[in-house]
Amino acid sequence: MSAMNRKLIQTLAETISKHVKHFNKTEVECLIREFNVLLGEQTMPGKAVTGLDRIQFRSILHNIFKMTDDMIMDGVFRAFDKDNDCFVSMKEWVEGLSVFLRGTLDEHIKYCFDVYDLNGDNSLAREEMFPMLKNSLIRQPTEEDPDEGIKDLVDITLKKMDHDHDGKLSFSDFEKSVKEENLLLEAFGTCLPDTTSIEAFEQRVFQEQLYQ
Amino acid sequence: MGLSLTRAAQWTMASSGTGKLEFTPMNTFLLKEILHFVEQFSSQHPQEAEHVFEEPFHWSTTLVASDFKTDYDISDSDVQSHEKDCEGHPLLQLSPPTVYVRSFSQLSKLVHLADDKKLEEVQACLEENRDPVVKILGPSFVSTLEKEDAHTDVLSLVDKVKAKDQGKDPEVKVKLFLLLQNMDNQLLSKCLKEVSGQDSLDPTAVKNEVELLKKFCSEGERRVLKLVRYTSDYIFSNGCRSPLWRQVHGEICYLVIEPCDTETLYITCSTAGVFLNGGIKQEEEESGYEQTSDMYKDLVTLLKSRSPHFAENINKQDFGVQELPSTQKIQHVELVDVEEQGQPQRSYEQQEKNVHEKARQQHTLNKAGGEKKYEPCPRWKNLGLMSPCGKAEENKPSKSSGEEKSGEIQENLGPGAKSKMKAEFSVSSFPGRLSSQKIKAEEKKPSKSSGEEKSGEIQKRKLGSGAKSKMKAEFSVSSLPGRLSSQKIKTPAGSMPVEAFSESSSESEEEEEQPERRPESNTDLPSEYWQIQKLVKYLKGGDQTATVLTLCAMMDFNLMQETCQLAIRDVGGLEVLINLLDTDEVKCKIGSLKILRKISHNVQIRRTIVDMGGLQSIVKILDSPVKDLKALAAETVANVARFRRARTTVRQYGGIKKLVKLLDCVPNLADLTANQEKDVEVARCGALALWSCSKSTKNKEAIRKAGGIPLLGRLLKSPHENMLIPVVGTLQECASEESYRIAIQQLDMIKDLVENLSSDNDELQMHCASAIFKCAEDKQTRDLVRKYSGLQPLVLLLSKSDNKQLLAAATGAIWKCSISMENVAKFQEYKALETLVRLLTDQPEEVLINVVGALGEFALIPANKANIRKCGGIKSLVNLLTGTNQALLVNVTKAVGACATDMDNMAIIDQLDGVRLVWSLLKNPCADVQSSAAWALCPCIKNAKDAGEMVRSLVGGLELIVNLLKSTNNEVLASICAAIAKIAKDKENLAVLTDHGVVPLLAKLTNTTDDRLRRHLAEAVGHCCMWGSNRASFGDAGAVAPLVRYLKSKDEAVHQSTAMALYQLSKNPNNCIAMHEKGVVKSLIHFMGSDDETLQEAAAGCVRNIRLLALANRNALLFR
Repeated sequence: MSAMNRKLIQTLAETISKHVKHFNKTEVECLIREFNVLLGEQTMPGKAVTGLDRIQFRSILHNIFKMTDDMIMDGVFRAFDKDNDCFVSMKEWVEGLSVFLRGTLDEHIKYCFDVYDLNGDNSLAREEMFPMLKNSLIRQPTEEDPDEGIKDLVDITLKKMDHDHDGKLSFSDFEKSVKEENLLLEAFGTCLPDTTSIEAFEQRVFQEQLYQ
Repeated sequence: MGLSLTRAAQWTMASSGTGKLEFTPMNTFLLKEILHFVEQFSSQHPQEAEHVFEEPFHWSTTLVASDFKTDYDISDSDVQSHEKDCEGHPLLQLSPPTVYVRSFSQLSKLVHLADDKKLEEVQACLEENRDPVVKILGPSFVSTLEKEDAHTDVLSLVDKVKAKDQGKDPEVKVKLFLLLQNMDNQLLSKCLKEVSGQDSLDPTAVKNEVELLKKFCSEGERRVLKLVRYTSDYIFSNGCRSPLWRQVHGEICYLVIEPCDTETLYITCSTAGVFLNGGIKQEEEESGYEQTSDMYKDLVTLLKSRSPHFAENINKQDFGVQELPSTQKIQHVELVDVEEQGQPQRSYEQQEKNVHEKARQQHTLNKAGGEKKYEPCPRWKNLGLMSPCGKAEENKPSKSSGEEKSGEIQENLGPGAKSKMKAEFSVSSFPGRLSSQKIKAEEKKPSKSSGEEKSGEIQKRKLGSGAKSKMKAEFSVSSLPGRLSSQKIKTPAGSMPVEAFSESSSESEEEEEQPERRPESNTDLPSEYWQIQKLVKYLKGGDQTATVLTLCAMMDFNLMQETCQLAIRDVGGLEVLINLLDTDEVKCKIGSLKILRKISHNVQIRRTIVDMGGLQSIVKILDSPVKDLKALAAETVANVARFRRARTTVRQYGGIKKLVKLLDCVPNLADLTANQEKDVEVARCGALALWSCSKSTKNKEAIRKAGGIPLLGRLLKSPHENMLIPVVGTLQECASEESYRIAIQQLDMIKDLVENLSSDNDELQMHCASAIFKCAEDKQTRDLVRKYSGLQPLVLLLSKSDNKQLLAAATGAIWKCSISMENVAKFQEYKALETLVRLLTDQPEEVLINVVGALGEFALIPANKANIRKCGGIKSLVNLLTGTNQALLVNVTKAVGACATDMDNMAIIDQLDGVRLVWSLLKNPCADVQSSAAWALCPCIKNAKDAGEMVRSLVGGLELIVNLLKSTNNEVLASICAAIAKIAKDKENLAVLTDHGVVPLLAKLTNTTDDRLRRHLAEAVGHCCMWGSNRASFGDAGAVAPLVRYLKSKDEAVHQSTAMALYQLSKNPNNCIAMHEKGVVKSLIHFMGSDDETLQEAAAGCVRNIRLLALANRNALLFR
């Protein structure tokens, strides 16, 4: 890596790390480098590189963090891509990972809610819950309505989590429910990595990159 | 075509006798296929297409003459084809509305002409030509060919046909036949695929059928079969008995059946059906596996076809006959089949289907399902375990009862999470293969990918221990009289496949009866039951997300309520929850444990959990790196380990070590991070678990070995009550072991224990007091308690007289602490004595024991003796002498004895007839009570006014005392001797004692090495010498020599009393000689120089007597 690149990365890291709670400057640098690696050949930050596109991001989620559910992965992408330009920029990458890997419970709650909120209307309605849970129950082929179990599950969940009884989960509903019962954080699908993946990733990116 | 038409298509039963094809999707499908076949036929098989039918097809057609174009002679409304057969008849003739067709090529042309009315044409054709194959090939031909089985090849078929002289073109005919047959098969298999039913037997179905058949093999005339047996006893884990290399062919097992009327049948049961084999008599045969008969759908059909006797009699079976003991069944109820509860194969009669009947059946099915649906699988109820055969699926019928199903798919039936398909047609004995390969392949397909393919395999994540799931096809019981089987279909797999016989009713198997009885009790189950059942079903069938959601929903129930707890167990939920513990999914484990820890408060659930091996799984989780999991697991262990077997299990699986590891944390740091707080929580739960486990002695030892004591000591410094209670609880429980007491003292835990005596929490105080009670056996502990100012809080606890347990613990601690005199002095500052005396009345025994014990210790101080009197304690104490509790009596007598050394007290005791009461305690069977009473008597006798008189007044009292000299307990003996010594001071009493033979008894005892006994014995001997000829008697009894030995003892008290005794004895010359011979003088001279005056005197006196005797002797000799 040329000195200029390193300098550039450092400045970038400086700016970004101000907004990011859980990484220090060195770690941010490592993340930026990782970002560049994942982005491909375009390691020159000067070029017009907007960021990781959906496909790349999803493959990262799949390969590194072992996620398999399409809908959830889309949701994660959406959660990372705050400016909705269909690319995860470097800044979004670092900020997103801050929550993803090391977020506090509150940050996680917000994050998961964003993932599940398929239509972005800040509430989770049945229509959004249903597709996410669609494949969660083994279909009994002899059920007249194969989705009956899913519908029932959605109803049960809604009943449990909908504190203001408006038929959908607002953010405060969700937050309250999760604080009562932590297991409900990833109620509609696993959108956070498990400890092993986190450790592996951090190990690789933070420790190994330091030796570059 | 023939087969598929008769079997597969759905016909109405029109009263006129000529049926119509129903308009159903299946029929449509069939028609399309046939149409396709016909259309392609002439191009694919031109030669066969030209073949002229023996009889023409005819039907009412919608075609008119104008539809026909070239190749046809059209005259008016009639049409005739140009093609003619060898006799000049046209191959197609249309005389509206009927059309006659005599070849496939014409048929296909016609169809082509019919254009969009193709299907109707085909339908009409089929409706009116019910037996097309016969029409095509001629009846005799067909019958010949159908007799052949599938293996025969074309050439031999042709030969056979030629041999029967079937007319022209036998090859073509044969080929045609084969083509038709082939199409038949394909149609059928396509139908099957369409409906995605699979005809497969499975091991359980086979097993059930065999069980049923075995029932029919009884003795006597009413039997239907002679013998049914397997060829192999070994059962693989998938339920098959066939060797592995045959299993790939789909073979499940081999049977040997002896019917009553024909020769023995050797049968293979395979996934495609059952058939006769080449004679496999036992396992491990090398050959004989070939199929030698047709494939039958099940054993009953095969037997019916082979054994007329069977066929006749099987229909006559009723309840009565089949009263066979269920033991027969139990032999084969292996746990192998826990998972595999396939639905037994249904029988199918091939009849024309009746849609009405179907509809009716549908409703009855639904209704029957309604009653049956929620019964848990009875077999497992019997075993006390619940298998995952919750009938949760039966939910479905109830919900869909309104819906009419014209389609092929019926509801899911049967237990377990296996999906079943019901196909509306039955598959009879067709030689074609529904490839078992396909079946197997599908059996292994995971559910997710099976999506559209309704016959997909449902792979249960965890169902039973290592279950496999299977797909079974259900074939509807068709022409049923509508009753029973609809009932029976819903019964759990434990029941027999009675449906095999459409006529016969179910056997009265024990398990069968339960479904009968069940309906009444169903209505009593609360709604939670159903909801829980539904949730358990989701648990079984969900992925991690769904499972977590379901677990959260389940937590909303009041899990501490017994109905809910048992409901979970009854619907198979416990097993699912335990299985979840073995998965890798952390969230599922957490959710499952959250539920388990609540429901394990129920005693039965605890036992079931241990029975199912759940405790082992929970113990394994104690190693998990996730702290929440560890804490939850420990908490659950704490609940479950409340009976002995569970505690042993925990230890056996290394649970104690793991739990002790959990204790490793520092609980009292000022600022705890979230992580550290979690550690504390983990430690707390670990302490809870250890507390439960520590009730077993071996576990106490295990905890110590694992290094638990220092860790517990560290936790003792925690400020939180909920941490302290289990920790102190554990310590107090274990403090019954001396190793613990030593460790507790050495590790300075007394300080913390004392500190917590002042806490607000009663329970905590109780446990601390209890621990101190047990530890204060040791002097150092007592001093430490005093040092840390523990005495006052203990006294303060005495005021909590409502909490009896606390009171007992506190009084106990006071008792043991007051063994040290300094403590007694301290206690006096706090007015402990007064409080204790107040507690002498109206308290439960466990409190009284301790209180009196304490008083006994207190009364060793002179001031206290008076104090007790002043508080009116003497009276209460004497009252307690009449009790029966031995521990209490021991303490009371001790206290009374201690009090009796005070003259004033003695007066009161005497007045209250206390001495008599104490004396009568000598009759108590317990040695401790006897000795304690005897010790108490000593001061009583010494201090009583008119002691001698009093003693004499006790009827049989002296005799009693003397008899006790026969006891073998040294403590008793010592005390009795002490008493005797006191009694013997009164001459009259001594006379009485002597009369009762006290001397020989005492003499017998002298050969003891017990110093305490020696001392009192010598004292008694000494005192008893002062009557009559007792001295001589003692000498005669050989008491002297042993007494001399006593002088060698190290105990000074022994010296004193022995010297005194010897002095007394030496007044008899014979005794002097005996003593002198034993070399007593030397010792006595030594004692003469002692500091103890009494000893000096006694020793001197004795020596003097001896000397006098010696002198007298010398003089006598000298002055003869």
